[in-house]
Amino acid sequence: MREITLSQAVNEAIAEEMRRDPTVFLLGEDVAEAGTPFKVLSGLVEEFGTERVIDTPIAEPGFMGIAVGAAMTGSRPIVDLMFGDFIFLIMDQLCNQAAKTHYMSGGKLNVPLVLRTNMGATRRSAAQHSQSLHALVSHIPGLKVAMPSSAYEAKGLMKTAIRDNNPVVIFEDKLMYQDKAPVPEEEYLIPFGEANVKREGSDITLIATSSMVQVAEKAAAILSNEGIEAEVIDPRTIVPLDEATLIKSVKKTSRAIVIDEGHQSYGVTSEIASRLNEKAFYHLDTPVVRMGAMDVPIPFSPALEDITVPTPDRVVEMARKLCSGEMIHAA
Amino acid sequence: MAKAKTNTEDYLRMYRQMMRIRTFEDNANQLYLSAKMPGLTHMYSGEEAVAVGICEALTDDDRITSTHRGHGHCVAKGANFKEMFCELLGKEEGYCRGKGGSMHIADQSHGNLGANAIVGGSMGIATGSALRAKLLGKDDVTVCFFGDGATAQGLLYEVMNMAALWNLPVIYACENNGYSEYTKTEEIAAGSITARAEAFGIEAFKVDGQDVLAVNELTQKLVARCRKGEGPFFIELETYRYHGHHVGDINREYYRSKDEEKDWKENRDPIIRFRSYLVAEGIATEDEIEAMNAEIEKDATEAVAYAEAAKYPDVSEVDMHVYAD
Repeated sequence: MREITLSQAVNEAIAEEMRRDPTVFLLGEDVAEAGTPFKVLSGLVEEFGTERVIDTPIAEPGFMGIAVGAAMTGSRPIVDLMFGDFIFLIMDQLCNQAAKTHYMSGGKLNVPLVLRTNMGATRRSAAQHSQSLHALVSHIPGLKVAMPSSAYEAKGLMKTAIRDNNPVVIFEDKLMYQDKAPVPEEEYLIPFGEANVKREGSDITLIATSSMVQVAEKAAAILSNEGIEAEVIDPRTIVPLDEATLIKSVKKTSRAIVIDEGHQSYGVTSEIASRLNEKAFYHLDTPVVRMGAMDVPIPFSPALEDITVPTPDRVVEMARKLCSGEMIHAA
Repeated sequence: MAKAKTNTEDYLRMYRQMMRIRTFEDNANQLYLSAKMPGLTHMYSGEEAVAVGICEALTDDDRITSTHRGHGHCVAKGANFKEMFCELLGKEEGYCRGKGGSMHIADQSHGNLGANAIVGGSMGIATGSALRAKLLGKDDVTVCFFGDGATAQGLLYEVMNMAALWNLPVIYACENNGYSEYTKTEEIAAGSITARAEAFGIEAFKVDGQDVLAVNELTQKLVARCRKGEGPFFIELETYRYHGHHVGDINREYYRSKDEEKDWKENRDPIIRFRSYLVAEGIATEDEIEAMNAEIEKDATEAVAYAEAAKYPDVSEVDMHVYAD
């Protein structure tokens, strides 16, 4: 199978959906000729024109609100938010408007829009261009949240998001844009709420999102050499969450580590860990352990930044402790 | 009053719609005072000529966005009393199945995109609706209602900038009722409100919001120009709210005097003024107007009774409509 980058996968998904549905359009800062700073959207304006690939002023709440109104009245906008950190700027439009319109209208109005943005530290971009803020929006009922872990997921989830009748937020890890993965030429969609068991194992479950799936897979390979077989699961969407697949795995392995690049406190790792505790408690041999980003603003210095996020080595270390029985109580 | 026109039916409908708003609000206020209505509500009484003058210049295909003070826009855009009172009381047959209440009331089938409880929250939505019209080649127009208080929100300036850059068919209708919640507008708004729109190259107008014909005449012109691609436009409508910020804001002499309220009610009431005009022009007799008022009152009384007796939504609806299929 051919291999393409995550960036190309996103571009293909959007182009295919724009060809398929004339109501789909893109808007955001520098999305047209510039194709975004990460060049993810390069070439789209040449095919679809400036009518459907719209450069906006630097006014995130404004263009987010415009997307909500367009979505409510028959368009399917894809909003490009240049950095995930800017999500704080659009919170009212996303969380008070987009997320609640369907409910507040008693089901009469829909907001079919996609907000594509990014996440991920270790790019030496400091505290306002490095955050992974997916937990914030996952807290708000009415929003769906997808976190592609490779080019394959990026394409299939984006196509599903564009066809969904709800506001969907997609967080792409900006460090993975150039990562290649096998992506079929023929069309496919990835349904929301279906986790992907990336690797089967019997000793411990590693539940990981986005780029942390790679971290978990690397850890699993190291552990396997030591005789510990880890099962790696990528939820792919955290809202909706495929709880059943996670619980089934943990019942089998009796141990779990949840790895995610959002801050650890009040985050995705906490949410998943507590669901496992509630629903698989009597099958657990050890506490479910959370591994998120440290609860600090992301520092600039490489010496500091690199220690804020989970790494394969640290996942391996934790897995060893759990499997050896050393971790009877939570760390 | 602005220049007379010959369309008797249009005039009578405008009067009727203004009277329906006033009557709806009087009944809503009674529901609050008698503790029959859950929560609070923000009365539109006094501002009727704004909603009616504008909405009578629109078709069902045209959209509006409304505010927390939204009952007037809702009635003016074609809603029925029955579903509105049901919504106010949180009943299943309400326009939003009881999930929105007073602050989110809207008859979506007539192009009302919802009342918004975030001050200025709908400015993006209205502008986006206009962008959609342009992108999909439709000729509908969107009117964004908001108050003077909302002119302090940054969102307005972000979306007016884009609406002007992209020539969008949207009309920003600023209902200046003189008060930003409990604070005089002059204390929160520096300079001129219309000049702010003009800074973006948007043609801005100031109109007497108590004169339904003046409002309607201006809006008709601007809607026609929007349909020809000449939008956006901005209107500042000078008006007044008779009640407090909400129904519970009763002792309000610390921010405005009773004399001031009395003056607006006695000398600038949009309904009294239009009624006198209709009679003077021979468009309707006093008896005909009284009969119309009585009919509206009866309609409201019946709708209130219906809503009071109506069912609440089944508890199973609580997690329905979080996501669309």
